[in-house]
Amino acid sequence: MHWWLPPAASTFAGPIDTLFLAILIITGIALVIVEVGLVTFIVKYRARPGRKAYYTHGSTRAEVIWTAIPAVTMVALGLVSNHYWVLMKDKKSIPANAYHVGVHAKQFEWRATYAGPDGQLGTADDFTVRNQLHIPVNQPIAVELTSEDVIHSFFVPQFRVKQDAVPGLHITAWFQATKTGEYEIGCAELCGMGHYKMRARVFVHTPEEFTAWIAQQAAGGTE
Amino acid sequence: MTSVAHATPGGGAHGGAQHAPMSFWRKYIFSTDHKIIGIQFLFVSLFFLLLGGLLAMQIRWQLGFPGKPMPGGGILPESMVVNGVILPEYYIQLVTMHGTFMVFFAIMPLLVGVYANFLIPLKIGTHDMAFPRINMWSFWLALLAGMIMLAGFFVPDGAARAGWTMYAPLSARPDLSGATYSQQLWSISIVVLGLSSVMGSVNYITTIINHRAPGMTWFRMPLSVWALFITAILAVLALPVLQGAAIMLLFDQTIGTHFFDPVAGGQALLWQHLFWFFGHPEVYILILPAMGMVSDIIANGSRKPIFGYHSMVFAIIGIAFLGWVVWGHHMFMSGMNPTLGSTFMVSTLLIAVPSAIKVFNWLGTMWRGNLRFHVPMLNAIAFVSMFTIGGLSGIFMAATPVDIPIHDTYFIVAHLHYVLFGGSLFALFAAIPFWYPKMFGRMMDERLGKIHFWLTFVTYNMVFFPMHIIGMGGQMRRLYDPTIYDFLKPQQPLNEFISISAFVLFAVQFIFAFNFLWSLKKGRVAPQNPWEDNGLEWSLPNPAPHGNWERTPNVYRGPYEFSAPEAVNTDFLPQHVKLPTDRDPVPAIAPAGH
Repeated sequence: MHWWLPPAASTFAGPIDTLFLAILIITGIALVIVEVGLVTFIVKYRARPGRKAYYTHGSTRAEVIWTAIPAVTMVALGLVSNHYWVLMKDKKSIPANAYHVGVHAKQFEWRATYAGPDGQLGTADDFTVRNQLHIPVNQPIAVELTSEDVIHSFFVPQFRVKQDAVPGLHITAWFQATKTGEYEIGCAELCGMGHYKMRARVFVHTPEEFTAWIAQQAAGGTE
Repeated sequence: MTSVAHATPGGGAHGGAQHAPMSFWRKYIFSTDHKIIGIQFLFVSLFFLLLGGLLAMQIRWQLGFPGKPMPGGGILPESMVVNGVILPEYYIQLVTMHGTFMVFFAIMPLLVGVYANFLIPLKIGTHDMAFPRINMWSFWLALLAGMIMLAGFFVPDGAARAGWTMYAPLSARPDLSGATYSQQLWSISIVVLGLSSVMGSVNYITTIINHRAPGMTWFRMPLSVWALFITAILAVLALPVLQGAAIMLLFDQTIGTHFFDPVAGGQALLWQHLFWFFGHPEVYILILPAMGMVSDIIANGSRKPIFGYHSMVFAIIGIAFLGWVVWGHHMFMSGMNPTLGSTFMVSTLLIAVPSAIKVFNWLGTMWRGNLRFHVPMLNAIAFVSMFTIGGLSGIFMAATPVDIPIHDTYFIVAHLHYVLFGGSLFALFAAIPFWYPKMFGRMMDERLGKIHFWLTFVTYNMVFFPMHIIGMGGQMRRLYDPTIYDFLKPQQPLNEFISISAFVLFAVQFIFAFNFLWSLKKGRVAPQNPWEDNGLEWSLPNPAPHGNWERTPNVYRGPYEFSAPEAVNTDFLPQHVKLPTDRDPVPAIAPAGH
């Protein structure tokens, strides 16, 4: 049992997890203030014989304080979040040296398409593997995401990457894995009866292993 | 302006006692009395609440014990359950219909259908709704919509199965979803429900604007009425958008248009924009009335005026306004332009501000009060406490980068249940016993109410709090069997814990059901003003007669004058009580032509 976000394995995990923790602390403080306030008032101001409530319609000063503090906090949080959002999702942020893989989603499988010896996606020598995604470690990966039929969502928890695959749209999602090993792609959008079994494996290789794998596949080798 | 109500032809909107006795059918079935319509909505939507709960129990069985035979599963047909084991195609029907019934046929009518109908005329001091017959139609259309939706379970291919959000093109094409008739029934039902909702809302808005008693100025209205007023405006603007979208979806499903199917030039994301343009205001339709009623009850239980009444009103308006410009936060991962994502993030984060105002003002109301812990107050305090968790967890998904790992996971499921169950449903557990005497003339049992409250409060948290952790771990929504995934397998014990807690939570609700039904006949006969409240409704006998008042009451002050210095020997001062220092309000002049 793991009580936090899944073990981190991409460059996005650092900022996302830190931001998650920061929000947890901010909301934690707010939560403690409210809940402790509630419990204190429940105990302290419970009805007893002879007590009378203090007649007041409010306090502008108090209200200005508890309006201003959340407002400032939220704007600050928005600014920080937006910096990383642009970095992760904006098209212009996809690194120039990214390795491009086509990922095509359909009920209920993932198909990964790799450039063949010519190094270009979308040419005749491309090859496709089912329910497996092989990528090199420490290199930006650009996933060219498309869908055959309905909306699916490409989700690798350890990479902190999630992007819907929408029929009719071509969406590029990028990330950079930092640890070799085996991971899982899950579908995060209800895509029909087999939604639950729309699962694929991700293999993060060392650059040498990856080159070898590509060469073997391009030559028509078995998986 | 009460002349408007008097002029309503044949609608039974005349003053009280001079009515000839009516047949059972006219009085309880085809009734135009707003109170009876409210009670009709109450029984029907409690039935749908129970049904939604039953569906949830089956979902929890499958998630806690995937592949194991469900107790009692044998009574379901082979197309749903085989040898007691839930089938994947039935599972997605369960999640779809649980969401659909709970949102559209349980929580929304419980808050709006029941309490807008029941409370608005009573709280603003008028005889009935502006258009009593339209009001009756609004109920019967809602029931018809519910029946159409329910029929989905009995057609050949089973109930709708594209999630309550009906994302296209899955929902639009039978070859992709595996369901034909029930998907169409879903669309038709929503169109009918929208009609019902618009009819109701037009009524609420008109009634509040035109039929307030003399002296009931805008800023003397109880916050419940304010909230229901703003909610009605949201509904009248939002539901037609959903209806339009549902009609387009129905055309896609039946006559071969391709609005949402890119195979023939449609746009898959168009559905999401239309759905959430409705859907986010809908979220506030599901919480604002709860906030309003909780405000009334907390002031009552604290024996103090609401802290910052005006800012509470402006916060309701602010939440409603922001509610129109945040729909894109449901679509952060949809492939929508990321720059739009930034915009929607900011508007979404700003909702924390009016929400914080409301929470702190409720705390301010309790501060230095003289708290009475009657059952409505306990549930209202639980509302504040649980809504706070639901509101704060929303900040995680509003911050777009953090949304990436938790979007469409159980973190969202936890969040929305903290708002809809911890928020809306606890508010209803407060509102139902609070206005029960006004409806039925008897009190619900206080002891059973307290037992129900504590057991619900504890087990509710045992069910929904761990869902945050499951969601952080990455468990996606609407997964038939999470143990398929290696990274989700270690979480299975927690899923089991949630499921067992959910069964207990469900069982505990029968205490409430028993209390509700038993008290109808056997409850203590209610005194006229059991909660020592200030609202106009308590100036009437319990239950209030058809037509409410013989003469429209005068209103002399705001709704929350608890512990006012002028009140001698008591700690409350009802809105209609005239003190020697009070002057009678000048009745508003009836519009020309009346």
